[in-house]
Amino acid sequence: MMNTQIAITCSHLTKKFGSLCAVDDISITIPKGCIYGFLGPNGSGKSTTIRMLCGLMTPTKGEGTVLGYNVIQDAEIIKHHIGYMSQKFSLYEELTVEENLDFYAGIYGITGKKAKDRKAELIKLAGLTGRERQLARSLSGGWKQRLALSCALVHEPEILILDEPTAGVDPLSRRVFWDVIHSLSKKGISILVSTHYMDEAETCDKIGFIFFGKLLVEGTPQELKERFDLPNLEEIFIHLVEHEQEPGRRVDEI
Amino acid sequence: MKGRERMGYSFIRFKSIIRKELLQIRRDPPSLAIAIVMPILMIFLFGYAVNTDVNHLPMGVWDQDKSSQSRELVQQFVNTEYYDYLYQIEGYEELQQSIDEGKVKVALVIPANYSTLLDTGKEAKLQLLIDGADPNTARTALANAQLLIQNKSTSIQLQKLEKQGLGPVEMPITLQSRVLYNPNMESLVFNIPALIGLIMQNVTAILTAFTLVREKERGTMEQLVVTPVRPLELIVGKLVPYIGIGMFSFCLVLLTGISWFGVPVKGSIILLVVLSLLFLITTLAIGILISTVSKTQLQAMQMSFAFILPSVLLSGFIFPRESMPMVVQWLGGAIPLTYFLEILRGIFLKGVSLHSLWDETLILSSFTVLICLVAILKFRKRID
Repeated sequence: MMNTQIAITCSHLTKKFGSLCAVDDISITIPKGCIYGFLGPNGSGKSTTIRMLCGLMTPTKGEGTVLGYNVIQDAEIIKHHIGYMSQKFSLYEELTVEENLDFYAGIYGITGKKAKDRKAELIKLAGLTGRERQLARSLSGGWKQRLALSCALVHEPEILILDEPTAGVDPLSRRVFWDVIHSLSKKGISILVSTHYMDEAETCDKIGFIFFGKLLVEGTPQELKERFDLPNLEEIFIHLVEHEQEPGRRVDEI
Repeated sequence: MKGRERMGYSFIRFKSIIRKELLQIRRDPPSLAIAIVMPILMIFLFGYAVNTDVNHLPMGVWDQDKSSQSRELVQQFVNTEYYDYLYQIEGYEELQQSIDEGKVKVALVIPANYSTLLDTGKEAKLQLLIDGADPNTARTALANAQLLIQNKSTSIQLQKLEKQGLGPVEMPITLQSRVLYNPNMESLVFNIPALIGLIMQNVTAILTAFTLVREKERGTMEQLVVTPVRPLELIVGKLVPYIGIGMFSFCLVLLTGISWFGVPVKGSIILLVVLSLLFLITTLAIGILISTVSKTQLQAMQMSFAFILPSVLLSGFIFPRESMPMVVQWLGGAIPLTYFLEILRGIFLKGVSLHSLWDETLILSSFTVLICLVAILKFRKRID
C-alpha cells in the first residue's frame, strides 16, 4: 500500500495565486524520524508549501501524502496526526498559558487525568513552569513560541510541522526550542521546519533550499557542503541566491 | 487506528469551544458593553423617536345585501386608498377570526336590506369593526370611514332636495382630513414591542458577526483549522455562549419597555420569553453566517449594516407591510424580524396564544436551522 517509513512526500506540488507562482513543482520526501529543514529567503514559498502539506491550502497542481494520507482528500485525517505551528503567534492572547493548553487538549479530545498529565509534561518541557496563570498576551516573543510549541504537541502528534518557529526569538528560547525538537526526533517524531538561521539548518538531518518557489538543491548538510565545495551552509545559500538572481537565468525562468 | 473519534461530532471539542468563548467574552469588556449598554441606550433613544403613517389597510367585507349599491359602497371605500378589499367574509365568527389573526384591520358589515332602505329613503345602518391594537391605524381607519359615509349621506340628501325642486345647494364648509402624525403616548404601545425586536436583532447579530472573523484577523483561525475541529462544533459552540448574553440583554430591554414606557404585556410573558429566545438564536446565527463569509471585521460590519437597514424598513417596523408593493412584501418575508414583530405585537397588544402564532414560530425555527446549515456549509477549513 504505502511505504511505512515515509512521513511526508509530495510530487510536483504547485500553487498559483493568480499569475504569481508561489510554489513551483516541488517534490520532496521526508522519512520518518527525520528533521527536514526548509531554507530560503522570505517569500520563497516555504510557508505555502507547508500550508499545502497541512491541508490549509489546496494545491493548484501536484499531490502529496502525509503518513500515507492524501493531503487533498484526507486532510481531516491528517489533522489528527500532525502538530502545526505558524510563524505568527496564533494562540489566544486573552487566555492564560494553562487555558490555551486546556483548550487545545479539548480540541484534540483529550480530557481528565490524561489531559492534566500531558499539560504538566508540556509545561515542564517548554520551561513554562511558574507562568501557567499568565495571560499569553503578556508573554514575550520567545515564551509565546514555546507555548505555541506546547499546544502543537498536546496530542502527541507523529509529525511536527513548524513554519519559522524561531523568527525573532531570543537565543535562549531558540536553544530550548531546538533541544525539544532534537529530543522529539529521537523519539521517532518526524519534523518539517522552515528557518532563516543557518546554525539551525546545520543540525537538520536533511535540508532543501527553496527560492522563487523552486526547490534548488536537497541533501544532508554534509552532502551539500561537499557538492558545492563550500565550508558552510551560509556560503551555499548566498551562492545559490546570487546564481539564481543572475539576469540571464531569471529571464529564461520567466 | 483511532478511527472512532476521527470524523464524527465530538462533544468534548464542542464543550472546549464554549468554555474558551466564555473566557474570551469575560476578558473583553467592550463586547459585554455592546451587549448590555447598547440595547438600553437604544430603547431610550428610539422609544421616543418612532412614528407611523397609515394607508392600504386590509379590509374584510361582510356584504349581506350583495346589490349594486352595496358593491358601489365597497368600491368607494377602496377608492380612498386607505382600505384594500382583500377578504369576503360570511358571518361574525369568520370576521372575528380574521381580525384576531391580523388578516384584516378593518371589517365592514353591510346589512341585508341596505339597498331597500336606501331606495325607500330610510336610515341604513352600516357596521365598521376596526382592529384597535395600533391606535394610529385605528384612528385613520375610523376617521376616513366616517368622512366617506358623511359625504355619501350628504350627497344623497342633496339629490333628494334637488328632486324636491330646491335647486343646486352648496355646502357652506367642507373638510378633508388625514391623520399624518401621532406622537402621543398611546402610539408607544404599538412601537415599543417592535423596537425591542429591532434592538435585539441588531445587538445579537453584531455580537456574533465578529467572533469568527476576529479569529481570522488575529491568525488564531489558522491554528484552529489544522486541528480536527468540525465546522458544526465550532459554529454552534461559538453561538451557544451568546444565547445567555442575548437573553440577559433581552430581559433588560423588556423590563425597560414595561416599567419605563409603561407598555403592558397582554399575553403570556413566558411565551414571549420562549419565542424571543428562538428569535435570538436566529439572529445570532445570522451574525455567525456574516462572520463565516467575511474576511475582515470591516467587511463583517458592512454586511451587518447591509442586513440591518432593510430589516428596519421592510419588516413592518416603521411602515405597515400591507401598504408596500407585492415584491417588496416578499422581500420583507425573507427577514426573520418580520415574523418576530408579529409575535411581539401579537403577545404584547392582542394577548394571543401560541395557537395564533404557529406560522411565525415555525418560520423562525426554519430560518434558524437553515442559516446555521448555510454557515456550517460555507465554513471552509482552508485559508486560501
